[in-house]
Amino acid sequence: MSGADLGLALSVFFACTVEAVEALTIVLAVGSTRSWRSAISGVGAALLVLAAIVVALGPAITSLPIDLLRLLVGGLLLIFGLQWLRKAILRSAGVKAKHDELASYQQERDAALAAGRARPGFDGYSFSVAFKGVLLEGLEVAFIVLTFGANQHRVPLAAAAAGLAVLVVVAAGFAAAAPLARVPENALKFGVGVMLSSFGIFWGAEGAGAHWPGGDAALLAIIPGLALVSIAMSRAVRRAVALASDEPAPASGEAAAEPASAGV
Amino acid sequence: MSAARRVALGAWEFVVGDDWRAAIGVAVALGLTALVATTDVAAWWIMPLAVLAILALSLRRAIREVSRRG
Repeated sequence: MSGADLGLALSVFFACTVEAVEALTIVLAVGSTRSWRSAISGVGAALLVLAAIVVALGPAITSLPIDLLRLLVGGLLLIFGLQWLRKAILRSAGVKAKHDELASYQQERDAALAAGRARPGFDGYSFSVAFKGVLLEGLEVAFIVLTFGANQHRVPLAAAAAGLAVLVVVAAGFAAAAPLARVPENALKFGVGVMLSSFGIFWGAEGAGAHWPGGDAALLAIIPGLALVSIAMSRAVRRAVALASDEPAPASGEAAAEPASAGV
Repeated sequence: MSAARRVALGAWEFVVGDDWRAAIGVAVALGLTALVATTDVAAWWIMPLAVLAILALSLRRAIREVSRRG
């Protein structure tokens, strides 16, 4: 497995882990309050739709000329990755609210209870909530699998990494029988944002006709470089927010370690 | 709102998100890279610098928005 393949597999695995944790919360809430069988049917149907999207679009994307593919995929990964990175930095600085799995779980449970008693047999509410939750969370992963995987002609590897993440999260969720509130979602999003943006920079520039000094090895400078600058930006945003609200800025050591601990 | 418009808006929101200026910045940076790549000047440095600028400006806009809201 090459370095780029490892980057692909890790990015997809962590992106899928984050989304699977959020989807699991919804499925656990609706399954435990109404109908497990209907909720799991909804999960299965959503996974089938996601697999169909990847199978249908994968070959079409991989058949594009390589430079056009790199330009398009690089640009899309960059736009998408910068969204993840920006949100992770803003959440770690307290500008945006962090995702709270326990609060989401309680909210979903309340909504499921307010929807009335579950019908015996097939429960449409459980099915549709689980279906929508998994489909919406999974679309981002399908997008990453398709763009990232297609560019390296490794869609099966990307899909396998996503599948492994789902298995790990489901196993952990059912072992805990509770939402996975201790997964450091924001730190994972920060890492995925750095990886997607770095590969986006690399492929986008190549697709536009630029040649990187050192070829693929340039990624070894781009990824840590972007990570370090993003950590510095995270600290700067924290300080700016603290100044704006007339609160003392956190100690520099705490701020430097922040992205790794964000969301825990 | 028609179904096609809803799908288009959903796709825009999904890919571009809440900061369309960042997406425009990426497109402009790629265009500039392509332009410089046709000359004898190295073009690889444009994207890393552009991305740092895009991210910094995007974060600055977000902080200003929060400050405005108080």
